[in-house]
Amino acid sequence: MAMDKKIFTTPILKSNPITVLVLGICSSLAVTVKLEPALVMAVSVTIVTGLSSFLISLIRKTIPNRIRIIVQLVVVAMFVILIQQILKAYAYDVSKQLSVYVGLIITNCIIMGRIEAFGLNEKPLPSLVDGLANGLGYGLILVIVAFIRELFGSGTLLGIQVIPQSFYEAGYMNNGLFIMPPMALILIGCFIWIQRIFQKEESK
Amino acid sequence: MENPILKLIDKIKPTFSKGGKLSWLHSTFEAFETFAAVPSTTTKGRTQIKDCVDLKRVMIAVVVALIPPFLFGMWNTGDQHATAFGLEWGFWLKVWFGFYKVLPLFLVSYIVGLGIEFAVAQVRGHEVNEGYLVSGFIIPMIMPIDIPLWILALSVAFAVIFGKEIFGGTGMNIWNPALLARAFVFFAYPSVISGDTIWIEGLTNATSAIDGFSGATPLAIAAEGGEAPSLLQMFIGNIPGSFGETSTIAILLGAAILIFTGVASWKIMLSTVIGALAVGFLANALAPAGSFSAYPAINHLVMGGFAFGAVYMATDPVSSAQTEVGKWIYGFSIGALCIILRLFNPGYREGMMLAILLMNTMAPIIDYCVIRPNIRRREKRAATK
Repeated sequence: MAMDKKIFTTPILKSNPITVLVLGICSSLAVTVKLEPALVMAVSVTIVTGLSSFLISLIRKTIPNRIRIIVQLVVVAMFVILIQQILKAYAYDVSKQLSVYVGLIITNCIIMGRIEAFGLNEKPLPSLVDGLANGLGYGLILVIVAFIRELFGSGTLLGIQVIPQSFYEAGYMNNGLFIMPPMALILIGCFIWIQRIFQKEESK
Repeated sequence: MENPILKLIDKIKPTFSKGGKLSWLHSTFEAFETFAAVPSTTTKGRTQIKDCVDLKRVMIAVVVALIPPFLFGMWNTGDQHATAFGLEWGFWLKVWFGFYKVLPLFLVSYIVGLGIEFAVAQVRGHEVNEGYLVSGFIIPMIMPIDIPLWILALSVAFAVIFGKEIFGGTGMNIWNPALLARAFVFFAYPSVISGDTIWIEGLTNATSAIDGFSGATPLAIAAEGGEAPSLLQMFIGNIPGSFGETSTIAILLGAAILIFTGVASWKIMLSTVIGALAVGFLANALAPAGSFSAYPAINHLVMGGFAFGAVYMATDPVSSAQTEVGKWIYGFSIGALCIILRLFNPGYREGMMLAILLMNTMAPIIDYCVIRPNIRRREKRAATK
């Protein structure tokens, strides 16, 4: 398969892992209260999906079919642990905020799903691109959700107060529902809704 | 056809029909037409007995039933304000004050809610659903009187869009929209819906209230171990609370109207009360003296939103259980859950809202569990013959 632009563009919108495939929902509920951890999470997942797809694709012809899941797990776990250690070393505060969710990247369905569906059958470079693109598609939704939640839930962005103090004095209040997980679910639901409206028009 | 309204409707009808100038406003026109008069369309084909009571008339019956607590709420709002600030007000002044304070809530509730309903109906090409007539009336009655109007508008929008429209409009909703609006406020802006100062108009920013005056609801007082108002006082409803929920006697009047017109199920109301009493008496029997669990079970029926919830919200024909046996289970669970939440959830004493919402969620399962055995029994009977 030649390098096709579509490998990169489809996962970001048309078959977005969250809004179309509905994968990786748990982590997108948990880490999107604030923008900063969401950004870190997005980058981490992108790196892990890209590199693990790449590595699996490199050794795909030598993996016996019956134990492929275990091999995939080992590869993914290796990258996750690397990310975890790097975060602990250079961004300790964020890694504490993310708590178990960095380790839980390994259970993120997007990664295993892409390896199974793409990395095992395709050449290394397209696999790398596919993995990165899926990570980016996931990260995109994550960042948008976190943006909305932090803005309305805490009135800040990246920890800096955005909504002016005069608003609060006039009676404005932060919306506590945005800090709770249900609101993330509702927001993602809205994205799916909006995307379906546009895609329906396209397919007509 | 002597009626001038009917004449007007017939005159302007072609403008809104297919091909007319304003045909894109068809849904809006139809809403007003059927609101003003019984629709002139009749069943085609073979005869069927058809009742002229359609959804609009049912909704109007509920609104009529809501009037007693509404009237009492107006007087009570004024009376509570007068007591808190030590004012010597006459009866009519109190009623006027309550009306003046609650009018903006109703206006916001209806303008926002109906605005969204009309817009959605227009976009989808549906008829406008009339369900919001009742929800829009109930929402101001279960909110604190001092709630900021923008929060009210937001909660109404949330309830109508996410409680109703995404499921397909009136008749498709899983939860009671009015309760969803309240739940939204409770989770999003807890400070405006809990505490001692919000239930009486003007007390939040009060400077001139009587010294040591507490605006706590009887439920909060009793939970703290204080002396709540007497049973009779709570029954009449001259206590702090949401606009419409305080007077059990006015709510019972409404319940009589609902049962008489056949709109709401007496089974749900009765089983809710039985459920509450069952758990209440059990708690009374087991509780150590002095704890909130020892608080008389009967009193729970007249405090907080229990009566209002049991009569107007639990019986919502859309979100409640549909089968007859299911109604008993559904009502009993609401009553029982409500008291359990009140007794064992120190964070939030008013369990009625969450109990009803939870059982709304469960209602389809209850119905399923009632219908399945029935089908199986009948299959067996058919097989043996």
